[in-house]
Amino acid sequence: MSFFNPKGASAKTSQKHVVDPALQPWVEKYRPRTIDDVSAQEHTVTVLRKALTSTNLPHMLFYGPPGTGKTSTILALSRQLFGPDNFRNRVLELNASDERGISIVREKIKDFARQTPRAQAVSSDGKTYPCPPYKIIILDEADSMTQDAQGALRRIMETYARITRFCLVCNYVTRIIEPLASRCSKFRFTPLDPSSSSLRLSHIAQCEHIDIDSAVIDTLIKTSSGDLRRSITYLQSASRLASSTSPPTAITSLDIQEIAGVVPESVINDFASTLGIEVEDAMDVGGSTKHNANSFGAIQSKVKELMREGFSATQILSQLHDLVVLHPTLNGRQKSSCALVFAEADKALCDGADEELWILEVGLRINKAIS
Amino acid sequence: MALWVDEFRPRTLDNLHYHQGLSTRLKSLAASGDFPHMLFYGPSGAGKKSRIACTLRELFGPGVEKLKIDQRVFLSPSKRKLEINIVQSNFHIEITPSEAGNYDRVVIQELLKEIAQTQQVDLNAKQRFKAVVINEADSLSRDAQAALRRTMEKYMSNMRIILCANSTSRLIAPIKSRCLLMRVAAPNYHEMETVLNYVAKRAPFTLPPEATKKIIDDSGGNLRKAILVLEALKMQSPDLSGPLAIAKADWETYCHKVADLIVGEQSPARVMEVRAKFYELLSHCIPPTVIIKTVAERVVERVDESLKADIMHWAAFYVRKIVGGLAVPFTHSCWPAQEVRMRIGSKKIYHLEAWVVKIMSLYKHFFYDVDMSAFD
Ligand SMILES: Nc1ncnc2c1ncn2[C@@H]1O[C@H](COP(=O)(O)OP(=O)(O)O)[C@@H](O)[C@H]1O
Ligand SMILES: [Mg+2]
Repeated sequence: MSFFNPKGASAKTSQKHVVDPALQPWVEKYRPRTIDDVSAQEHTVTVLRKALTSTNLPHMLFYGPPGTGKTSTILALSRQLFGPDNFRNRVLELNASDERGISIVREKIKDFARQTPRAQAVSSDGKTYPCPPYKIIILDEADSMTQDAQGALRRIMETYARITRFCLVCNYVTRIIEPLASRCSKFRFTPLDPSSSSLRLSHIAQCEHIDIDSAVIDTLIKTSSGDLRRSITYLQSASRLASSTSPPTAITSLDIQEIAGVVPESVINDFASTLGIEVEDAMDVGGSTKHNANSFGAIQSKVKELMREGFSATQILSQLHDLVVLHPTLNGRQKSSCALVFAEADKALCDGADEELWILEVGLRINKAIS
Repeated sequence: MALWVDEFRPRTLDNLHYHQGLSTRLKSLAASGDFPHMLFYGPSGAGKKSRIACTLRELFGPGVEKLKIDQRVFLSPSKRKLEINIVQSNFHIEITPSEAGNYDRVVIQELLKEIAQTQQVDLNAKQRFKAVVINEADSLSRDAQAALRRTMEKYMSNMRIILCANSTSRLIAPIKSRCLLMRVAAPNYHEMETVLNYVAKRAPFTLPPEATKKIIDDSGGNLRKAILVLEALKMQSPDLSGPLAIAKADWETYCHKVADLIVGEQSPARVMEVRAKFYELLSHCIPPTVIIKTVAERVVERVDESLKADIMHWAAFYVRKIVGGLAVPFTHSCWPAQEVRMRIGSKKIYHLEAWVVKIMSLYKHFFYDVDMSAFD
């Protein structure tokens, strides 16, 4: 039997393919169903709510960091406009995972736009939906389209302006060419503030019947920096792990840190003190030779040790950065020369430079800056 | 006959020798029914792949070990044919996208879509999803990573992705935020000792403690390397007694020679000599980053304390130049792919050479005691 056994018309079968809600990832299970379920993003939601009542939609550009509700919002809005029955023939979702050669996009859009919308007044769920006389084309992850493709898209938008509304979704608004961006109403999605995240996470915990204390929620929020997708994923992973041990245990902040790939504080403190930074509780991590330890050899072998532990270099950098910036006794000049190193290293790592060499570089330069 | 690394590789999570905590977690995840997308990361030879294989077995049962290798043909956007080997069982599929070089996006896109549109046909299958293992995920181009992100959400019901990478720094945030991260640290001394003793017992022979120590010290935490070395040494000297010489890779010896040349003399003639050696190394597809790193580490062993930091600084500096402005990852199968990323057409030899000139002048000035602050 072959591994691949195409289902043929996948769209039809996948509707039947119902996922057991108990096994559904929580990010999907708790994806906002209506725009009112979308947390934070008040401004965007207010504007869209108005658009919903007038059913007159402009072309839109949603931008902002991952996990802030962009995809959820446009999906929810479309569902509220068209209802479950018409969703399929009125909304086209294309993303970077689909073939995005512009000729293909054009074909797809042309096909899609050509079909005459058949709207039923009353939907199978008994509700009525506005069902305005246009189709929505969602281009998710639009920032990974080439400039040429975006240019071509602009003409497509004009050609089909009467019967379609476009919604471009992206992380980096600067990657969208100006002529395209200027045709859209822009909506900025901001990282979720702690209280909105906290509310949403508590809501999910309650629905899933799990007990979590506020310290755990704080850790979730701290480790995911406003990315709700990440915090929900962490929460679900932690709950899976905690509930499958026998007997089931409660979720702790430590579990969350571990799942999130946070380097233990003791490890960072130990590294910092090898670099000659005074750390209050570095003493409990063994060894009393700390103070004459900051020689080249000591720093080099500490870096090798960190690499062997497999900690992510960017994670080490960001935690070390926080430690230095908030340090009580380092002076401004020392902190700013450290900050410079952090910035350089961040760039180098993004470009794919060797992690060990750069963590060593950071270590050596901090050591120099503060001694 | 299989190599020991393969022959004695643990097949189940219970049989893995170390990081028991991780194994327990993986077991409970596999049993929970809602297995997430996963990202395994950690240094080479720490046991990521074995752990993934054991996890698959835990998820799907022994059937997952029945592998077949297919050659598939993909078409690049310019209609060039790409032939890619794909390892698969009835329950999972494994790909190493760096084999597709610049066209990894095409391969990922096509394969995932294909899998997403198939359903598990085996009614006895323990899971309704299929697993897609992506090796060397940190060498995926940005394009390919972008292609993965929404797919990971959209097709969650019949597919799970398992990424394997040395580091997470090169993966884009949207991918990381869709995975459960599993850090696999290199085994410590004691853990490596246990494994080597286990291998010796299975082989079987007695392993003298001095040999164990020597192998572990040399391995830098790379268990695969340690077991390979053990097997090689055993062939050379069946009772593993007496002084054991662990052979270094040729390129490593060669890099050390370069370091010796640099420390030995600092002159334009020497630079030319070193350059010839660099060409030789590059032509054997040793990545420039690895060259600089190996040479630099050897040089610092041999110079005054006050020079060491500067030498490493310039190594980091030129390594960044080499990878800087990277447009497309460029990969070669003879090396862990992420080491070889660099801008196509960038003159890597210039950077290697510039680094050598820099450290030669540092070294020379050190002896003439010239104030170097103006060079910083
Ligand atoms: N503002 C929000 N309100 C409620 N849930 C959110 C919000 N932002 C993100 N989420 C949660 O995170 C998941 C991912 O959100 P999504 O809309 O796909 O983010 P993106 O901005 O990356 O498109 C959703 O399924 C939802 O559970
Ligand atoms: Mg999105």
